[in-house]
Amino acid sequence: MADYLLSLITFFPLLGMLMLLFIPRDNAGLLKSFALAVTLITFFISLPLAFDDIFASSGAMQYREFHEWISIGSFFKMNYNIGIDGISLWLVMLTTFIMPIATLSTWKSVDKNVKGFMALLLLLETAMLGAFVSLDLFLFYIFWELMLIPMYFMIGIWGGKNRIYAAVKFFIFTAVGSLLMLVAIIYIYYYAVTAGAPIEGFGVQEFYQLGIPSGIQHWLFLAFAFSFAIKVPMFPVHTWLPDAHTEAPTAGSVILAAILLKMGTYGYIRFAIPLFPEALQTYLPYLAFLSVVGIIYGSLVAMMQDDVKKLVAYSSVAHLGFVMLGIFALNLQGMAGGIIQMVNHGISTGALFLIVGFLYERRHTRQISEFGGLAHKMPILATIFLIITFSSIGLPGTNGFVGEFLALVGAFESGLRWYAVVATTGVIFAAVYMLWMYQRVMFGKITNPENEKLKDLSVREIVLMVPLVIFVFWIGIAPNTFLSKMNPAIEQLLIQVKSQQVAVVDPVLPVIAQNLELK
Amino acid sequence: MYDYLWLIPFFPLVGFVFNGLFGKKIRNEAVIGGIGTLMIFLSFLVSCGNFYALLQDSEKVHQRVIASWMSVGDLQVDWGFLLDPLSALMILIITGVGTLIHLYSIGYMHGETGFYRFFAYLNLFCFSMLMLVLGNNALVMFVGWEGVGLCSYLLIGYYFEKKSAGDAAKKAFVVNRIGDFGFLCGLLTLFWALGNKGVWTINFVEIAENAHLLESGGLIVTVVTLAFFLGACGKSAQIPLFTWLPDAMEGPTPVSALIHAATMVTAGVYMIGRMNGLFAMAPDTMMTIAVVGACTALFAATIGLAQNDIKRVLAYSTVSQLGYMFLAMGVGAFTAGIFHLMTHAFFKACLFLGSGSVIHGMHHGYHHAHLKDDPQDMRNMGGLRKKMPITFWTFLLSTIAIAGIPLFSGFFSKDEILWWSFGSNRGHWLLWLVGAVAAGMTAFYMFRLVFMTFFGEQRTDPRAKDHIPESGLTITIPLMVLAALAVVGGYIGIPAILGGANHIKQFLDPVFGKAIALNQIEAHGTHALEYSLMAVSVGIAVFGIFLAWVMYVKNPALPARFVASFPGLWKAVFNKWYIDELYDAVFVNNCKRIGTFLWKGFDVRIVDGIVNGTAWVVKGIGSGLRYTQTGFLHNYAMGMVVGVVVIVGYYILGK
Repeated sequence: MADYLLSLITFFPLLGMLMLLFIPRDNAGLLKSFALAVTLITFFISLPLAFDDIFASSGAMQYREFHEWISIGSFFKMNYNIGIDGISLWLVMLTTFIMPIATLSTWKSVDKNVKGFMALLLLLETAMLGAFVSLDLFLFYIFWELMLIPMYFMIGIWGGKNRIYAAVKFFIFTAVGSLLMLVAIIYIYYYAVTAGAPIEGFGVQEFYQLGIPSGIQHWLFLAFAFSFAIKVPMFPVHTWLPDAHTEAPTAGSVILAAILLKMGTYGYIRFAIPLFPEALQTYLPYLAFLSVVGIIYGSLVAMMQDDVKKLVAYSSVAHLGFVMLGIFALNLQGMAGGIIQMVNHGISTGALFLIVGFLYERRHTRQISEFGGLAHKMPILATIFLIITFSSIGLPGTNGFVGEFLALVGAFESGLRWYAVVATTGVIFAAVYMLWMYQRVMFGKITNPENEKLKDLSVREIVLMVPLVIFVFWIGIAPNTFLSKMNPAIEQLLIQVKSQQVAVVDPVLPVIAQNLELK
Repeated sequence: MYDYLWLIPFFPLVGFVFNGLFGKKIRNEAVIGGIGTLMIFLSFLVSCGNFYALLQDSEKVHQRVIASWMSVGDLQVDWGFLLDPLSALMILIITGVGTLIHLYSIGYMHGETGFYRFFAYLNLFCFSMLMLVLGNNALVMFVGWEGVGLCSYLLIGYYFEKKSAGDAAKKAFVVNRIGDFGFLCGLLTLFWALGNKGVWTINFVEIAENAHLLESGGLIVTVVTLAFFLGACGKSAQIPLFTWLPDAMEGPTPVSALIHAATMVTAGVYMIGRMNGLFAMAPDTMMTIAVVGACTALFAATIGLAQNDIKRVLAYSTVSQLGYMFLAMGVGAFTAGIFHLMTHAFFKACLFLGSGSVIHGMHHGYHHAHLKDDPQDMRNMGGLRKKMPITFWTFLLSTIAIAGIPLFSGFFSKDEILWWSFGSNRGHWLLWLVGAVAAGMTAFYMFRLVFMTFFGEQRTDPRAKDHIPESGLTITIPLMVLAALAVVGGYIGIPAILGGANHIKQFLDPVFGKAIALNQIEAHGTHALEYSLMAVSVGIAVFGIFLAWVMYVKNPALPARFVASFPGLWKAVFNKWYIDELYDAVFVNNCKRIGTFLWKGFDVRIVDGIVNGTAWVVKGIGSGLRYTQTGFLHNYAMGMVVGVVVIVGYYILGK
């Protein structure tokens, strides 16, 4: 069983999708219940991963599965090669955890072509899980592209007024990046084969050892970095995000924010950084700079939004800036902070999109000015919204603080000290835009008569939010549950990066070498 | 006993969870208020036990770790508590004053729809504040630090349907966040700097032990302490971050007493005291602190002179008194700063609760007469001493204490601060002068308040004036206890020159003694000098009281004449020197402008412009290239012919 656990988790939603196709399309209730059951079962079969103590002691890949898959002569080989370490573990768990919540959120909001929506939802889950567990670059690419399609249709068919523009923009931005990455992937393989390296397919861990010459590394790194930067999204290629988020249906926004954006940051950790450590040294200051700009920029623009959903979307740009800054610190604290902040962002921003969804379902508007005084009518929502707001602001005791603090500690200890100081001002702006929004929506007197008849959260809606709130405090108060299982993997990754960089001494920017000496 | 330290913050947390979850269903005020008060009282008992144990103990520093919080490489953070004389004193103040204010709130908040919410928040506040002072490392302190900020936000915004309350709550949190930015920067720099010396720690005891690794007076120590001081400025409402505190008076009065006078706002002072080893090593920072403190003390006092809202006067008074505490910390008089923190907690809590009692009475009167007048405006008061005798007498005693009249608590602590600002080798006579002038103003505006409220003609609307009752026992008992403390609280710190033993100094010596000795901070001067300075400051205070008497009792027409002769000055003072307007113009509006520009100018025009432009170009090229694929055979044939001609021509001519 354990031998195939990862495959089972990954493809169970796909299996569910195939079965779902046999359910009559007019039975919306059954379709939704079935999809929910599939995502829930996926979550439960993935639980043993989170409880496996092997991750606390070993940074190596676990639950490996390797099968030869496609081979064209002796030249082209591509394998079904999957496994997880303490880094991808939490992203897999985040995915299986968020999906039932996202599915349950569609109960009242999706009534058009339910069958199609649920099928796409399940297909998307398999694609995302597949991308997180792939250890073969080509396999990763297949899942990566596979994710694009369901999301494109979710925005384009079930989205808001401007959905076509948003869907096309989302598709083009991401596709441009993907194509560059595809070229780079093929080039690495071509290089490895012509260099006579002993490789089996596109195995990423074998590619780590290639020692690609620095001239080539630069181009390859840029291709990967650009592709992932769009997905994160980093400034200035973030403009697809506000449109996509605003137009997407609630479940789509939740998945997009909570999981899909993590593909970009994960891509840096798993591929761009360890594959091209040398090129990274050159570009790291620029990327760190863009991360910090993202924090400030996202916050300032979020502040001025009059659409709640756009505000949350821009706040994502700022939050992901913290993630990237932590990762680029290239030390234990920074990486751990970045990774835990990825999970945090999934929880907090996912929750925020759910809340916006609750409001939208009741009022069919997202304009902040339409609301005001809602705390009178919806005390339960007011409480949950407040908790999530402060989690997003990064109040100590909530998850947001742990991630931001670790990322900042890491950045500060590395050569990114000044970047860290500037990034720290983000804590001020976050308070400004979140509290201002909260005040305008929840506080004050009810001025709009439409709001007089609002109903507080239903049991279903509370059930959606409670697990998220639990994790807000769990990660905030006892993050060691998660940190202890990611530390060995991060250490291994850093050793890997370091070993490649020691061979090449770059006198201009010895940022990384300096970090590792400090240990 | 120390093993039960965790119980001190735990009890209020239980109260918070209980009232937060079930308060709404219970509805019974006696149960809700009773549980809230009981929880903090239990904390008080445990605090007393620990305090007593520490008094008996020769070992003065005790740490207890509950669990590991974050463990990543060199960064090891625990959920841990620290009991030493400083935190022992603080927990006594917090739980003691806290219990009285909880009790008071049962009467004061009677009949409020959000009664349960209020008590839940109040308990949560006590929990956070106790975490702040008990934390054994800077990060647990930060949990409390931001936690009290959160509670402050929630309690200022308690009447959230009022826009002004929502605005004030947000302002308080955001301005505090500016300070928190400083706190975080200081913490990060310190962690890194000590780490570079081989000690990765944020534990207070270890920081104190290893502070000597850093260069005394060097850049790093100065930067670290200045950054922490920025944090203190936010929390303790010092220049330039003081503007949130007066607005915070939107919260219910017990909140003003507990959070915005007695405990939370003193957190900055406590933090400097907690890290005195570092601060003492940075003379430049100390000087900055002293100057900022003295300026704040004076500046806030000037604004206090002209306010008519009874709580606003007290708010500016608080800002001003906090300035004194910072002045003390800045000149190295750590003990005096903490001493003043304590006496201030007594008399200012009493003053706020007294003002609450007055407001309560006024409100009752107006309510009875169905009037909508402002129950906080002192111009509507006057002559209340006969209506509310207990409130009056307790208020008067506390006012005498804050004015610095000998034998009352405020005298001893304030005098100690003034003496150190003059005589300390980190002090200066100018600092003393500013402090003394501010003390005169304090005496003036406090007695102005007393005279306007309790003396003279009753200016209340005649329909309401006979319906202003004295408050009930739950309100008057805390007043009496606090007034008694405001009178006698200073006796633990009678200096040697007045024949006292200065117990508090000896008690706190294990905390401050080392840094003071290491950095050779001391106050010099003859006894004659010390006596004369004392006499001068008392003289100034008495003069302030006299002036207030002349202007508000003897000749009440005088203030109007004064206003008429200096209209510009009066307007500027009344409008708080227009600082809020200045900040709005410089920071708030510009941030909004930049945000709008980045969004509509950069995102929409430039980035999307490029993207949409590229799309447009591609589309153009595409439609141009469409002509190459017309599907007509003769067009393709034509193309081939042209191609052949070009290639052949190239070879012929090229050769």
